[in-house]
Amino acid sequence: VNKATSAATERISGRTIHPGSAEGVALVSRMGISFFGGVDPETGIVVEKGHDLEGTSVAGRMLVFPTGKGSTVGSYTLYRMKKAGTAPAAVLNAECEPITAVGCILAGIPCLDRLPVDRFSSGERLRVDGAQGFVERLPAVAPSPAHTISESGGRRIRKKKRTE
Amino acid sequence: MNLTREEQSMLAGEQGRAAQTAMRILAALGKIYGARRMLSVRSVQISGVSYDNLDEAGLEWLAEMAAGGGRARVPATLNPAGMDLENWRELGIPENFAEKQQLVIDAFTRMGVTPTCTCTPYLAGNEPSLGDTIAWAESSAVCYANSVIGARTNREGGPGALAAALTGRTPEYGLHLAENRRPGVAVEVSARLEDTADFGALGKVIGERLEARGAKALPWITGADHPTLEQLKSLCASAATFGGLAMFHLAGVTPEADRFPAPAERFVVSEDDLRAARASLTDAEAGEADFFSLGCPHLTLAEVARVAELVSGKRVAKEFWITTSRPVKHEADRLGYTEVIRQSGVKFAVDTCCVVAPIRGRFRAMATDSAKACYYASSKNKFRTRLLNFQAVVEEAVQS
Repeated sequence: VNKATSAATERISGRTIHPGSAEGVALVSRMGISFFGGVDPETGIVVEKGHDLEGTSVAGRMLVFPTGKGSTVGSYTLYRMKKAGTAPAAVLNAECEPITAVGCILAGIPCLDRLPVDRFSSGERLRVDGAQGFVERLPAVAPSPAHTISESGGRRIRKKKRTE
Repeated sequence: MNLTREEQSMLAGEQGRAAQTAMRILAALGKIYGARRMLSVRSVQISGVSYDNLDEAGLEWLAEMAAGGGRARVPATLNPAGMDLENWRELGIPENFAEKQQLVIDAFTRMGVTPTCTCTPYLAGNEPSLGDTIAWAESSAVCYANSVIGARTNREGGPGALAAALTGRTPEYGLHLAENRRPGVAVEVSARLEDTADFGALGKVIGERLEARGAKALPWITGADHPTLEQLKSLCASAATFGGLAMFHLAGVTPEADRFPAPAERFVVSEDDLRAARASLTDAEAGEADFFSLGCPHLTLAEVARVAELVSGKRVAKEFWITTSRPVKHEADRLGYTEVIRQSGVKFAVDTCCVVAPIRGRFRAMATDSAKACYYASSKNKFRTRLLNFQAVVEEAVQS
Protein backbone atom coordinates (compact mmCIF):
# COMPACT_ATOMS: atom_id res chain seq x y z
CA VAL A 1 0.00 0.00 0.00
CA ASN A 2 1.59 3.29 -1.05
CA LYS A 3 1.08 6.62 0.64
CA ALA A 4 -1.48 7.85 -1.84
CA THR A 5 -3.84 4.95 -1.26
CA SER A 6 -3.29 4.66 2.49
CA ALA A 7 -4.57 8.21 2.80
CA ALA A 8 -7.89 7.01 1.35
CA THR A 9 -8.21 3.94 3.59
CA GLU A 10 -10.43 3.57 6.61
CA ARG A 11 -9.53 1.34 9.55
CA ILE A 12 -12.18 -0.58 11.47
CA SER A 13 -11.05 -2.22 14.70
CA GLY A 14 -12.14 -5.66 15.82
CA ARG A 15 -11.01 -8.49 18.06
CA THR A 16 -8.51 -11.03 16.76
CA ILE A 17 -9.68 -14.63 16.96
CA HIS A 18 -6.87 -15.93 14.73
CA PRO A 19 -4.02 -13.74 13.50
CA GLY A 20 -2.69 -13.45 9.98
CA SER A 21 -3.05 -11.01 7.14
CA ALA A 22 -5.11 -11.12 3.97
CA GLU A 23 -6.38 -8.80 1.29
CA GLY A 24 -9.20 -9.30 -1.16
CA VAL A 25 -12.73 -8.63 -2.28
CA ALA A 26 -15.47 -8.71 0.36
CA LEU A 27 -18.37 -11.10 0.19
CA VAL A 28 -21.03 -10.08 2.69
CA SER A 29 -23.88 -12.17 4.08
CA ARG A 30 -26.52 -10.94 6.48
CA MET A 31 -27.17 -14.55 7.56
CA GLY A 32 -25.39 -17.14 9.69
CA ILE A 33 -23.21 -19.64 7.83
CA SER A 34 -23.03 -23.36 8.50
CA PHE A 35 -19.87 -24.66 6.85
CA PHE A 36 -20.89 -28.29 7.37
CA GLY A 37 -23.72 -28.96 4.97
CA GLY A 38 -24.13 -25.30 4.07
CA VAL A 39 -21.03 -24.94 1.89
CA ASP A 40 -19.66 -27.41 -0.68
CA PRO A 41 -16.01 -27.84 0.35
CA GLU A 42 -14.95 -28.96 -3.13
CA THR A 43 -16.10 -25.73 -4.81
CA GLY A 44 -16.52 -23.27 -1.95
CA ILE A 45 -20.05 -22.55 -3.16
CA VAL A 46 -22.78 -21.89 -0.59
CA VAL A 47 -25.44 -24.57 -1.12
CA GLU A 48 -27.84 -23.89 1.76
CA LYS A 49 -31.33 -23.38 0.34
CA GLY A 50 -32.63 -19.88 0.80
CA HIS A 51 -29.29 -18.48 1.99
CA ASP A 52 -28.47 -15.01 0.73
CA LEU A 53 -25.17 -16.35 -0.65
CA GLU A 54 -26.70 -19.49 -2.20
CA GLY A 55 -24.85 -20.27 -5.43
CA THR A 56 -21.94 -17.92 -4.63
CA SER A 57 -18.38 -19.11 -3.98
CA VAL A 58 -16.65 -17.96 -0.81
CA ALA A 59 -13.23 -19.07 -2.13
CA GLY A 60 -10.56 -16.42 -1.69
CA ARG A 61 -13.08 -13.84 -0.46
CA MET A 62 -12.99 -11.66 2.62
CA LEU A 63 -16.05 -13.40 4.01
CA VAL A 64 -18.20 -11.16 6.20
CA PHE A 65 -21.17 -12.63 8.14
CA PRO A 66 -22.74 -12.09 11.56
CA THR A 67 -21.95 -15.47 13.15
CA GLY A 68 -21.56 -19.18 12.42
CA LYS A 69 -24.12 -21.88 13.07
CA GLY A 70 -24.74 -25.61 12.67
CA SER A 71 -22.75 -28.76 13.37
CA THR A 72 -19.36 -28.69 15.07
CA VAL A 73 -18.06 -30.76 12.14
CA GLY A 74 -18.03 -27.40 10.33
CA SER A 75 -14.60 -26.71 11.85
CA TYR A 76 -13.19 -29.61 9.86
CA THR A 77 -15.02 -28.43 6.75
CA LEU A 78 -13.11 -25.12 6.87
CA TYR A 79 -9.86 -27.06 7.18
CA ARG A 80 -10.82 -29.19 4.19
CA MET A 81 -11.70 -26.08 2.17
CA LYS A 82 -8.26 -24.66 2.91
CA LYS A 83 -6.64 -27.86 1.60
CA ALA A 84 -8.87 -27.78 -1.48
CA GLY A 85 -8.12 -24.11 -2.15
CA THR A 86 -11.75 -23.10 -1.66
CA ALA A 87 -11.47 -21.43 1.75
CA PRO A 88 -12.21 -17.76 2.30
CA ALA A 89 -9.11 -15.52 2.54
CA ALA A 90 -10.37 -14.16 5.86
CA VAL A 91 -13.41 -14.48 8.10
CA LEU A 92 -14.96 -11.34 9.58
CA ASN A 93 -17.80 -11.72 12.10
CA ALA A 94 -19.94 -9.70 14.44
CA GLU A 95 -19.69 -12.45 17.10
CA CYS A 96 -17.50 -15.44 16.36
CA GLU A 97 -18.68 -18.78 17.80
CA PRO A 98 -16.54 -21.86 18.50
CA ILE A 99 -17.22 -23.76 15.26
CA THR A 100 -15.93 -20.97 13.03
CA ALA A 101 -13.17 -19.95 15.45
CA VAL A 102 -11.77 -23.48 15.71
CA GLY A 103 -12.14 -23.96 11.95
CA CYS A 104 -10.12 -20.80 11.24
CA ILE A 105 -7.40 -21.92 13.64
CA LEU A 106 -7.17 -25.41 12.09
CA ALA A 107 -7.10 -23.94 8.61
CA GLY A 108 -4.90 -20.92 9.38
CA ILE A 109 -7.49 -18.40 8.17
CA PRO A 110 -7.24 -14.88 9.64
CA CYS A 111 -10.36 -14.26 11.71
CA LEU A 112 -11.63 -11.14 13.44
CA ASP A 113 -14.89 -10.49 15.25
CA ARG A 114 -16.66 -7.68 17.14
CA LEU A 115 -16.87 -5.92 13.79
CA PRO A 116 -19.77 -3.74 12.55
CA VAL A 117 -20.56 -6.21 9.75
CA ASP A 118 -23.46 -4.06 8.49
CA ARG A 119 -20.94 -1.48 7.36
CA PHE A 120 -19.31 -3.79 4.81
CA SER A 121 -20.53 -4.35 1.27
CA SER A 122 -19.89 -7.15 -1.17
CA GLY A 123 -17.39 -6.15 -3.82
CA GLU A 124 -15.35 -3.66 -1.83
CA ARG A 125 -11.66 -4.33 -1.27
CA LEU A 126 -10.58 -5.09 2.27
CA ARG A 127 -7.33 -5.82 4.00
CA VAL A 128 -7.24 -7.53 7.38
CA ASP A 129 -4.34 -7.24 9.80
CA GLY A 130 -4.89 -9.96 12.38
CA ALA A 131 -1.87 -9.07 14.48
CA GLN A 132 -3.10 -5.50 14.96
CA GLY A 133 -6.77 -6.45 14.97
CA PHE A 134 -8.19 -4.20 12.30
CA VAL A 135 -9.80 -4.28 8.88
CA GLU A 136 -8.81 -1.70 6.31
CA ARG A 137 -11.16 -0.54 3.58
CA LEU A 138 -9.09 -0.08 0.42
CA PRO A 139 -9.79 2.20 -2.51
CA ALA A 140 -11.76 0.54 -5.28
CA VAL A 141 -9.88 -0.99 -8.18
CA ALA A 142 -11.19 -2.19 -11.52
CA PRO A 143 -13.61 -5.09 -10.90
CA SER A 144 -12.00 -8.51 -11.36
CA PRO A 145 -13.72 -11.25 -13.41
CA ALA A 146 -14.18 -13.27 -10.20
CA HIS A 147 -16.23 -10.40 -8.91
CA THR A 148 -19.64 -12.04 -9.15
CA ILE A 149 -22.36 -11.21 -6.72
CA SER A 150 -25.64 -13.01 -6.31
CA GLU A 151 -28.89 -11.22 -7.09
CA SER A 152 -29.86 -10.83 -3.47
CA GLY A 153 -26.36 -9.70 -2.52
CA GLY A 154 -26.48 -7.06 -5.24
CA ARG A 155 -29.80 -5.70 -4.06
CA ARG A 156 -28.50 -5.42 -0.55
CA ILE A 157 -25.47 -3.47 -1.69
CA ARG A 158 -27.61 -0.89 -3.47
CA LYS A 159 -29.84 -0.56 -0.45
CA LYS A 160 -26.82 -0.21 1.76
CA LYS A 161 -25.37 2.56 -0.36
CA ARG A 162 -28.57 4.55 -0.19
CA THR A 163 -28.58 4.48 3.57
CA GLU A 164 -24.94 5.42 3.94
CA MET B 1 -6.89 -13.69 29.39
CA ASN B 2 -4.08 -14.41 31.83
CA LEU B 3 -1.83 -17.20 30.66
CA THR B 4 0.88 -18.82 32.75
CA ARG B 5 4.44 -18.96 31.47
CA GLU B 6 3.89 -22.63 30.51
CA GLU B 7 0.73 -21.76 28.57
CA GLN B 8 2.44 -18.84 26.84
CA SER B 9 5.29 -21.13 25.87
CA MET B 10 2.85 -23.53 24.22
CA LEU B 11 1.13 -20.65 22.44
CA ALA B 12 4.47 -19.38 21.15
CA GLY B 13 5.20 -22.76 19.59
CA GLU B 14 8.09 -23.63 21.90
CA GLN B 15 6.53 -27.00 22.67
CA GLY B 16 5.78 -28.08 19.14
CA ARG B 17 3.30 -27.29 16.41
CA ALA B 18 0.51 -29.47 17.79
CA ALA B 19 0.69 -27.96 21.28
CA GLN B 20 0.66 -24.51 19.67
CA THR B 21 -2.46 -25.22 17.62
CA ALA B 22 -4.08 -26.76 20.70
CA MET B 23 -3.33 -23.72 22.85
CA ARG B 24 -4.55 -21.40 20.08
CA ILE B 25 -7.88 -23.26 20.06
CA LEU B 26 -8.21 -22.99 23.84
CA ALA B 27 -7.19 -19.33 23.89
CA ALA B 28 -9.78 -18.53 21.21
CA LEU B 29 -12.50 -20.40 23.09
CA GLY B 30 -11.48 -18.61 26.27
CA LYS B 31 -11.68 -15.28 24.46
CA ILE B 32 -15.12 -16.02 23.00
CA TYR B 33 -16.55 -17.09 26.37
CA GLY B 34 -14.78 -14.44 28.43
CA ALA B 35 -12.55 -16.81 30.44
CA ARG B 36 -9.99 -15.12 32.67
CA ARG B 37 -7.56 -18.04 32.84
CA MET B 38 -6.94 -21.68 32.00
CA LEU B 39 -7.64 -24.55 34.40
CA SER B 40 -5.69 -27.79 34.66
CA VAL B 41 -7.80 -30.79 33.71
CA ARG B 42 -7.66 -34.30 35.16
CA SER B 43 -9.27 -36.18 32.31
CA VAL B 44 -10.42 -35.75 28.74
CA GLN B 45 -13.03 -37.48 26.58
CA ILE B 46 -12.65 -36.81 22.85
CA SER B 47 -15.47 -36.85 20.29
CA GLY B 48 -15.16 -36.83 16.52
CA VAL B 49 -13.81 -40.37 16.21
CA SER B 50 -16.09 -42.06 13.69
CA TYR B 51 -14.80 -41.63 10.14
CA ASP B 52 -18.46 -41.33 9.16
CA ASN B 53 -18.48 -37.93 10.94
CA LEU B 54 -14.85 -36.87 10.53
CA ASP B 55 -14.46 -37.55 6.84
CA GLU B 56 -11.14 -36.99 5.06
CA ALA B 57 -10.67 -33.48 6.44
CA GLY B 58 -10.94 -34.59 10.04
CA LEU B 59 -8.59 -37.52 9.48
CA GLU B 60 -6.03 -35.25 7.79
CA TRP B 61 -6.13 -32.80 10.66
CA LEU B 62 -5.69 -35.52 13.28
CA ALA B 63 -2.76 -36.99 11.34
CA GLU B 64 -1.22 -33.52 11.13
CA MET B 65 -1.58 -33.03 14.90
CA ALA B 66 0.08 -36.42 15.49
CA ALA B 67 2.88 -35.53 13.05
CA GLY B 68 3.25 -32.17 14.79
CA GLY B 69 4.32 -33.88 17.99
CA GLY B 70 0.93 -33.90 19.73
CA ARG B 71 1.07 -35.86 22.97
CA ALA B 72 -1.70 -36.24 25.56
CA ARG B 73 -0.66 -34.81 28.93
CA VAL B 74 -3.62 -36.21 30.88
CA PRO B 75 -5.64 -39.45 30.61
CA ALA B 76 -7.86 -39.24 27.55
CA THR B 77 -10.35 -41.68 26.02
CA LEU B 78 -12.32 -41.71 22.79
CA ASN B 79 -15.94 -41.63 21.73
CA PRO B 80 -17.34 -44.58 19.79
CA ALA B 81 -15.71 -45.24 16.42
CA GLY B 82 -17.66 -46.03 13.26
CA MET B 83 -17.14 -49.76 13.66
CA ASP B 84 -16.16 -52.61 15.95
CA LEU B 85 -12.37 -52.30 15.67
CA GLU B 86 -11.94 -56.08 15.77
CA ASN B 87 -15.11 -57.54 14.37
CA TRP B 88 -16.15 -55.01 11.69
CA ARG B 89 -16.48 -57.55 8.87
CA GLU B 90 -19.26 -59.49 10.56
CA LEU B 91 -21.18 -56.23 10.99
CA GLY B 92 -21.01 -55.52 7.27
CA ILE B 93 -18.69 -52.49 7.46
CA PRO B 94 -17.08 -51.80 4.04
CA GLU B 95 -13.34 -52.48 3.75
CA ASN B 96 -12.42 -48.94 2.64
CA PHE B 97 -14.30 -47.44 5.58
CA ALA B 98 -12.51 -49.81 7.97
CA GLU B 99 -9.13 -48.72 6.59
CA LYS B 100 -9.89 -45.03 7.11
CA GLN B 101 -11.35 -45.67 10.56
CA GLN B 102 -8.20 -47.50 11.60
CA LEU B 103 -6.07 -44.53 10.44
CA VAL B 104 -8.14 -42.27 12.73
CA ILE B 105 -7.54 -44.59 15.68
CA ASP B 106 -3.83 -44.81 14.81
CA ALA B 107 -3.50 -41.00 14.83
CA PHE B 108 -5.08 -40.79 18.29
CA THR B 109 -2.94 -43.67 19.56
CA ARG B 110 0.23 -41.95 18.31
CA MET B 111 -0.78 -38.95 20.40
CA GLY B 112 -0.99 -41.11 23.52
CA VAL B 113 -4.78 -41.15 23.70
CA THR B 114 -6.21 -44.40 25.11
CA PRO B 115 -8.12 -46.02 22.23
CA THR B 116 -11.03 -47.13 24.40
CA CYS B 117 -13.92 -46.06 22.20
CA THR B 118 -17.04 -45.53 24.27
CA CYS B 119 -19.70 -43.00 25.19
CA THR B 120 -19.54 -44.29 28.79
CA PRO B 121 -15.91 -43.58 29.71
CA TYR B 122 -17.07 -43.36 33.33
CA LEU B 123 -17.59 -47.15 33.17
CA ALA B 124 -14.41 -47.90 31.26
CA GLY B 125 -11.42 -46.54 33.13
CA ASN B 126 -11.92 -42.78 32.72
CA GLU B 127 -13.59 -42.13 36.06
CA PRO B 128 -13.47 -38.61 37.50
CA SER B 129 -14.49 -37.68 41.04
CA LEU B 130 -16.72 -35.05 42.60
CA GLY B 131 -15.34 -31.57 41.91
CA ASP B 132 -12.73 -32.65 39.34
CA THR B 133 -12.06 -30.28 36.46
CA ILE B 134 -12.33 -32.24 33.22
CA ALA B 135 -12.82 -31.48 29.51
CA TRP B 136 -15.24 -33.91 27.94
CA ALA B 137 -16.97 -34.10 24.65
CA GLU B 138 -19.81 -36.62 24.03
CA SER B 139 -22.95 -34.92 25.17
CA SER B 140 -24.40 -37.82 27.20
CA ALA B 141 -21.13 -38.35 29.09
CA VAL B 142 -20.83 -34.60 29.73
CA CYS B 143 -24.31 -34.60 31.27
CA TYR B 144 -23.47 -37.71 33.32
CA ALA B 145 -20.13 -36.31 34.55
CA ASN B 146 -21.62 -32.96 35.62
CA SER B 147 -24.89 -34.27 37.02
CA VAL B 148 -24.27 -37.73 38.45
CA ILE B 149 -20.57 -37.52 39.31
CA GLY B 150 -20.30 -33.80 40.05
CA ALA B 151 -17.15 -33.35 37.97
CA ARG B 152 -16.99 -30.08 36.03
CA THR B 153 -16.97 -29.83 32.26
CA ASN B 154 -18.46 -27.81 29.45
CA ARG B 155 -19.75 -29.50 26.32
CA GLU B 156 -16.55 -29.68 24.33
CA GLY B 157 -16.35 -30.20 20.58
CA GLY B 158 -13.85 -32.65 19.09
CA PRO B 159 -10.95 -30.21 18.50
CA GLY B 160 -11.47 -28.45 21.83
CA ALA B 161 -11.33 -31.75 23.70
CA LEU B 162 -8.22 -32.89 21.83
CA ALA B 163 -6.64 -29.50 22.56
CA ALA B 164 -7.35 -30.03 26.26
CA ALA B 165 -5.69 -33.45 26.11
CA LEU B 166 -2.57 -32.11 24.36
CA THR B 167 -2.14 -29.20 26.78
CA GLY B 168 -3.76 -30.45 29.98
CA ARG B 169 -5.77 -27.21 30.08
CA THR B 170 -9.24 -25.85 29.44
CA PRO B 171 -10.50 -22.25 29.63
CA GLU B 172 -12.41 -21.35 32.79
CA TYR B 173 -16.00 -20.50 31.86
CA GLY B 174 -19.50 -22.00 31.91
CA LEU B 175 -19.93 -25.04 34.13
CA HIS B 176 -16.40 -24.72 35.53
CA LEU B 177 -17.74 -21.80 37.57
CA ALA B 178 -19.85 -22.68 40.63
CA GLU B 179 -22.44 -19.96 39.99
CA ASN B 180 -23.31 -21.46 36.60
CA ARG B 181 -24.19 -24.80 38.20
CA ARG B 182 -27.15 -23.27 40.04
CA PRO B 183 -30.54 -24.69 39.00
CA GLY B 184 -33.11 -22.30 37.49
CA VAL B 185 -36.25 -24.39 37.02
CA ALA B 186 -37.88 -27.01 39.28
CA VAL B 187 -39.22 -30.03 37.40
CA GLU B 188 -41.77 -32.17 39.24
CA VAL B 189 -42.13 -35.61 37.70
CA SER B 190 -45.52 -37.10 38.51
CA ALA B 191 -45.24 -39.73 35.78
CA ARG B 192 -44.27 -43.24 36.82
CA LEU B 193 -40.74 -44.08 35.68
CA GLU B 194 -39.88 -47.74 35.29
CA ASP B 195 -37.80 -48.52 32.25
CA THR B 196 -34.73 -46.95 30.66
CA ALA B 197 -37.13 -45.97 27.84
CA ASP B 198 -39.18 -43.94 30.36
CA PHE B 199 -36.09 -42.05 31.47
CA GLY B 200 -35.22 -41.37 27.84
CA ALA B 201 -38.72 -40.01 27.26
CA LEU B 202 -38.37 -37.89 30.43
CA GLY B 203 -35.13 -36.42 29.08
CA LYS B 204 -36.94 -35.50 25.88
CA VAL B 205 -39.78 -33.75 27.72
CA ILE B 206 -37.43 -31.81 30.00
CA GLY B 207 -34.97 -30.99 27.22
CA GLU B 208 -37.64 -29.68 24.89
CA ARG B 209 -39.39 -27.65 27.58
CA LEU B 210 -36.15 -25.97 28.52
CA GLU B 211 -35.29 -25.33 24.85
CA ALA B 212 -38.69 -23.70 24.38
CA ARG B 213 -38.14 -21.57 27.49
CA GLY B 214 -35.39 -19.68 25.67
CA ALA B 215 -32.96 -18.53 28.36
CA LYS B 216 -30.81 -21.43 29.47
CA ALA B 217 -31.58 -22.85 32.90
CA LEU B 218 -30.53 -26.03 34.67
CA PRO B 219 -33.38 -28.23 35.91
CA TRP B 220 -33.77 -29.35 39.53
CA ILE B 221 -35.79 -32.54 39.22
CA THR B 222 -37.93 -34.24 41.85
CA GLY B 223 -40.00 -37.41 41.62
CA ALA B 224 -37.38 -39.73 40.16
CA ASP B 225 -36.27 -41.56 43.28
CA HIS B 226 -33.57 -44.23 43.39
CA PRO B 227 -32.85 -44.45 39.69
CA THR B 228 -30.37 -47.07 38.52
CA LEU B 229 -27.13 -46.10 36.81
CA GLU B 230 -28.65 -47.38 33.55
CA GLN B 231 -31.70 -45.15 33.96
CA LEU B 232 -29.51 -42.14 34.73
CA LYS B 233 -27.37 -42.64 31.65
CA SER B 234 -30.52 -42.90 29.54
CA LEU B 235 -31.84 -39.64 31.03
CA CYS B 236 -28.48 -37.92 30.43
CA ALA B 237 -28.31 -39.02 26.80
CA SER B 238 -31.81 -37.87 26.04
CA ALA B 239 -31.70 -34.55 27.91
CA ALA B 240 -28.48 -33.71 26.05
CA THR B 241 -29.90 -34.75 22.68
CA PHE B 242 -33.24 -32.97 22.88
CA GLY B 243 -32.30 -29.99 25.02
CA GLY B 244 -28.55 -29.58 24.69
CA LEU B 245 -28.49 -30.03 28.45
CA ALA B 246 -25.03 -30.33 30.01
CA MET B 247 -26.28 -30.77 33.57
CA PHE B 248 -29.29 -31.42 35.78
CA HIS B 249 -29.85 -31.81 39.49
CA LEU B 250 -31.91 -34.73 40.76
CA ALA B 251 -33.09 -34.05 44.31
CA GLY B 252 -31.90 -36.70 46.75
CA VAL B 253 -29.77 -38.38 44.09
CA THR B 254 -27.11 -36.22 42.44
CA PRO B 255 -24.31 -34.81 44.61
CA GLU B 256 -24.82 -31.08 44.09
CA ALA B 257 -28.64 -31.01 44.27
CA ASP B 258 -28.69 -30.32 48.02
CA ARG B 259 -26.44 -27.30 47.66
CA PHE B 260 -29.31 -25.26 46.26
CA PRO B 261 -32.88 -24.46 47.30
CA ALA B 262 -35.67 -25.49 44.94
CA PRO B 263 -36.07 -22.84 42.20
CA ALA B 264 -39.32 -20.87 42.26
CA GLU B 265 -40.12 -21.41 38.58
CA ARG B 266 -41.53 -24.90 38.04
CA PHE B 267 -43.25 -27.26 35.65
CA VAL B 268 -44.72 -30.75 35.95
CA VAL B 269 -44.02 -33.80 33.79
CA SER B 270 -47.18 -35.89 33.83
CA GLU B 271 -47.99 -39.42 32.73
CA ASP B 272 -49.53 -37.93 29.57
CA ASP B 273 -46.38 -35.95 28.80
CA LEU B 274 -44.30 -39.09 29.06
CA ARG B 275 -46.71 -41.12 26.92
CA ALA B 276 -46.71 -38.39 24.26
CA ALA B 277 -42.90 -38.29 24.23
CA ARG B 278 -42.73 -42.06 23.82
CA ALA B 279 -45.31 -41.95 21.04
CA SER B 280 -43.40 -39.17 19.25
CA LEU B 281 -40.39 -41.48 18.98
CA THR B 282 -42.38 -44.36 17.54
CA ASP B 283 -43.50 -44.15 13.92
CA ALA B 284 -42.91 -47.80 12.96
CA GLU B 285 -45.52 -50.51 13.53
CA ALA B 286 -44.97 -53.70 15.50
CA GLY B 287 -43.33 -56.20 13.17
CA GLU B 288 -41.93 -53.47 10.92
CA ALA B 289 -38.48 -53.24 12.54
CA ASP B 290 -35.69 -54.89 10.58
CA PHE B 291 -32.97 -53.64 12.94
CA PHE B 292 -32.84 -54.02 16.71
CA SER B 293 -30.39 -52.15 18.89
CA LEU B 294 -29.60 -51.88 22.58
CA GLY B 295 -26.69 -49.88 23.96
CA CYS B 296 -27.18 -46.15 23.46
CA PRO B 297 -25.40 -45.14 25.64
CA HIS B 298 -23.18 -48.24 25.80
CA LEU B 299 -24.52 -51.16 27.82
CA THR B 300 -23.28 -51.76 31.33
CA LEU B 301 -22.21 -55.26 32.33
CA ALA B 302 -25.53 -55.65 34.17
CA GLU B 303 -27.42 -54.85 30.95
CA VAL B 304 -25.33 -57.35 28.96
CA ALA B 305 -26.17 -59.96 31.61
CA ARG B 306 -29.86 -59.07 31.23
CA VAL B 307 -29.70 -59.53 27.45
CA ALA B 308 -28.04 -62.94 27.96
CA GLU B 309 -30.82 -63.93 30.34
CA LEU B 310 -33.56 -62.80 27.94
CA VAL B 311 -32.17 -64.47 24.80
CA SER B 312 -30.92 -67.66 26.42
CA GLY B 313 -32.07 -70.63 24.33
CA LYS B 314 -33.85 -68.38 21.80
CA ARG B 315 -33.10 -67.10 18.29
CA VAL B 316 -33.57 -63.63 16.82
CA ALA B 317 -34.64 -63.44 13.20
CA LYS B 318 -33.50 -59.90 12.38
CA GLU B 319 -30.23 -57.97 12.60
CA PHE B 320 -29.73 -57.19 16.29
CA TRP B 321 -26.75 -55.23 17.64
CA ILE B 322 -25.80 -54.66 21.23
CA THR B 323 -23.26 -51.89 21.57
CA THR B 324 -20.85 -51.60 24.46
CA SER B 325 -17.31 -50.75 25.45
CA ARG B 326 -14.34 -53.10 25.05
CA PRO B 327 -13.79 -53.51 28.84
CA VAL B 328 -17.44 -54.56 29.37
CA LYS B 329 -17.16 -56.98 26.43
CA HIS B 330 -14.06 -58.57 27.99
CA GLU B 331 -15.96 -59.13 31.22
CA ALA B 332 -18.91 -60.55 29.29
CA ASP B 333 -16.52 -62.97 27.57
CA ARG B 334 -15.07 -64.09 30.88
CA LEU B 335 -18.47 -64.54 32.52
CA GLY B 336 -19.95 -66.55 29.64
CA TYR B 337 -22.57 -63.99 28.55
CA THR B 338 -20.96 -63.53 25.15
CA GLU B 339 -21.40 -67.15 24.17
CA VAL B 340 -25.07 -67.26 25.21
CA ILE B 341 -25.76 -64.05 23.28
CA ARG B 342 -23.87 -65.23 20.17
CA GLN B 343 -25.94 -68.40 20.00
CA SER B 344 -29.12 -66.34 19.86
CA GLY B 345 -27.95 -64.49 16.76
CA VAL B 346 -27.57 -61.16 18.58
CA LYS B 347 -24.30 -59.48 17.56
CA PHE B 348 -21.88 -57.55 19.70
CA ALA B 349 -20.93 -54.23 18.12
CA VAL B 350 -18.12 -53.14 20.42
CA ASP B 351 -16.28 -49.75 20.22
CA THR B 352 -19.11 -48.33 18.11
CA CYS B 353 -22.82 -47.51 18.19
CA CYS B 354 -25.78 -47.21 15.87
CA VAL B 355 -25.52 -43.40 15.91
CA VAL B 356 -22.01 -43.20 14.42
CA ALA B 357 -21.70 -46.42 12.38
CA PRO B 358 -22.18 -46.03 8.60
CA ILE B 359 -25.53 -47.83 8.40
CA ARG B 360 -27.63 -45.36 6.43
CA GLY B 361 -29.66 -47.17 3.80
CA ARG B 362 -29.13 -50.61 5.32
CA PHE B 363 -32.34 -50.77 7.33
CA ARG B 364 -35.86 -49.36 7.21
CA ALA B 365 -36.96 -49.38 10.82
CA MET B 366 -35.14 -49.69 14.14
CA ALA B 367 -36.43 -50.83 17.53
CA THR B 368 -34.54 -49.67 20.64
CA ASP B 369 -35.01 -48.61 24.26
CA SER B 370 -33.04 -45.39 23.64
CA ALA B 371 -34.71 -42.05 22.92
CA LYS B 372 -31.37 -40.66 21.72
CA ALA B 373 -30.90 -43.54 19.30
CA CYS B 374 -34.40 -42.92 17.92
CA TYR B 375 -33.55 -39.27 17.27
CA TYR B 376 -30.39 -40.03 15.29
CA ALA B 377 -31.84 -43.08 13.53
CA SER B 378 -34.54 -40.80 12.22
CA SER B 379 -32.53 -37.64 11.47
CA LYS B 380 -29.21 -39.09 10.32
CA ASN B 381 -30.12 -42.50 8.94
CA LYS B 382 -33.73 -41.89 7.84
CA PHE B 383 -34.99 -45.01 9.65
CA ARG B 384 -38.45 -45.28 11.12
CA THR B 385 -38.25 -45.98 14.85
CA ARG B 386 -39.89 -47.89 17.70
CA LEU B 387 -39.12 -46.86 21.26
CA LEU B 388 -39.76 -49.93 23.44
CA ASN B 389 -38.89 -51.03 26.94
CA PHE B 390 -35.57 -52.84 27.21
CA GLN B 391 -37.13 -56.28 27.59
CA ALA B 392 -39.70 -55.62 24.87
CA VAL B 393 -36.93 -54.92 22.34
CA VAL B 394 -35.57 -58.43 22.87
CA GLU B 395 -39.03 -60.01 22.93
CA GLU B 396 -40.05 -58.37 19.67
CA ALA B 397 -36.79 -59.46 18.02
CA VAL B 398 -37.33 -63.03 19.18
CA GLN B 399 -40.93 -63.13 17.94
CA SER B 400 -40.14 -61.68 14.55
